[in-house]
Amino acid sequence: MTPRDRWEFCNDLVFCTNLARHFFTTMNLFEQTGSYVLLMSRVLRRPNRHSLFFKELVNEIQKVGFDSMGIVAIISVFMGMVVTIQTAYNIDSPLIPLSMVGFTARQSVILEFSPTIISLILAGKVGSSIASEIGTMRVTEQIDALEVMGINSANFLILPKVVAAVLFNPVLIIFSIGLSLLGGYFVALFTSLYTPGDYVTGLRFAFEGFTLFYALIKTVVFAFLITSVSAYQGYKIRGGALEVGRSSTTAVVHSSILIILFNLILTQLLLT
Amino acid sequence: MISAKHITKQFAGRSVLDDISLDFEPGYTNLIIGQSGSGKTVLMKCLVGLLEVDKGEIYYNNRLFSRMNAEERRPLRQELGMLFQGGALFDSMNVTQNVMFPLNMYTRWSRSEKLKRVQFCLDRVNLSHAGLLMPSELSGGMVKRVAIARAIALNPRYLFCDEPNSGLDPQTATLIDNLILEITREYNITTVINTHDMNSVLQIGDRVNFIYQGKLWWQGTKTNIMEPDNAELEQFLFSTELTRRLKK
Repeated sequence: MTPRDRWEFCNDLVFCTNLARHFFTTMNLFEQTGSYVLLMSRVLRRPNRHSLFFKELVNEIQKVGFDSMGIVAIISVFMGMVVTIQTAYNIDSPLIPLSMVGFTARQSVILEFSPTIISLILAGKVGSSIASEIGTMRVTEQIDALEVMGINSANFLILPKVVAAVLFNPVLIIFSIGLSLLGGYFVALFTSLYTPGDYVTGLRFAFEGFTLFYALIKTVVFAFLITSVSAYQGYKIRGGALEVGRSSTTAVVHSSILIILFNLILTQLLLT
Repeated sequence: MISAKHITKQFAGRSVLDDISLDFEPGYTNLIIGQSGSGKTVLMKCLVGLLEVDKGEIYYNNRLFSRMNAEERRPLRQELGMLFQGGALFDSMNVTQNVMFPLNMYTRWSRSEKLKRVQFCLDRVNLSHAGLLMPSELSGGMVKRVAIARAIALNPRYLFCDEPNSGLDPQTATLIDNLILEITREYNITTVINTHDMNSVLQIGDRVNFIYQGKLWWQGTKTNIMEPDNAELEQFLFSTELTRRLKK
């Protein structure tokens, strides 16, 4: 075998290995997707007992929603401040009125910052909590105990979380939008970059209700993704405590990637 | 009565249960013993439907459980209680809520009726005072007793216990064994117990089934187990210094 033949053989070998790796990665992706769809088909069913479902739903709204308000508030106010300062800093031309700061901040916050950034933050906070909670229940046989009792454990554990997030995340995002815009107003009050009057004029300029609708549609989809993907990661755990930690990290990574992907898809579908 | 007929279960081509046929009678404690990895837990999971058998049938009083779908199994599952190795109490609920959980799922009783039943079950396991404690505040023995209380809340006809006294001191283990035996006799329950604790075998082993490498190797009672007629069981029984001295 000549050196050239050897070189070509090695190249072929690397190509085949890469091909096999991609094949198995793709198969794993299909397997995961199939397994996620099967789980969701068990989750999205009529609950065994409606009274218990509503009790759990209220608990989950507390955990998924109200407990996240603090972090959402802090991030939103500072995000609004930074967006307006950066916009004002970039407006150099005397031909552009300073009210454009308010307009730009409003559009940025409603269209992108609040729904996407806050959903990414929630994917970290709520997603990891859901994955570790359900994962711990799996490794300590609590899910088996539910199954032995004849309860659809997927429906009982996951549906209240999904419904709570889908119902309450839009409230969180509206709350976030309000606080972000308030943050911009604080900047106007305490700096000389632009006046509160300019800012309010910009906020009220050419407002389209559809942008808010678009933000809320995104939020609902993101809420479903965060809770269902994280719950899936926790539910499928086999093993011990180490797996719980790993699934929690995977839940955050996967939900974040899906949020970014669906952000693009929804933007393409709704805004073009 | 529970009947398992020609049960076979494989994982990734490796046979874990190989053609096992067993009957579990009501009013008796039916023990499944064997080394770790012999297939005891898999057999129990197959019996309660947490795993599906590859071949064979499982009957609950002539009802073919292994061919039922989830909906068909639901009424039968109300007759079934299970005590898991770690207790499997719900962390977010206190003791009362844990015991009340099956009642919430399956009965239309008023809250006072449910509380009365919960108190009865907790009294039965000598934990009358523990209703407001959370699972994290309980000792190992208390966790098992609460799990027993939860398992008997719906008056089950079948009780499954997966290593009920693992991780417990000998005194508490004996307490749990006696409790299971009393409940079995009192309510004429078909009780199936997975264990590798020889104390339990000698104390409550009405019927003893020895599983070895996924096969049913020996059947007997606590009275004739000390004179085993096969080498594998003898090796299993007398593997500790204590049992060897007892034999002498």
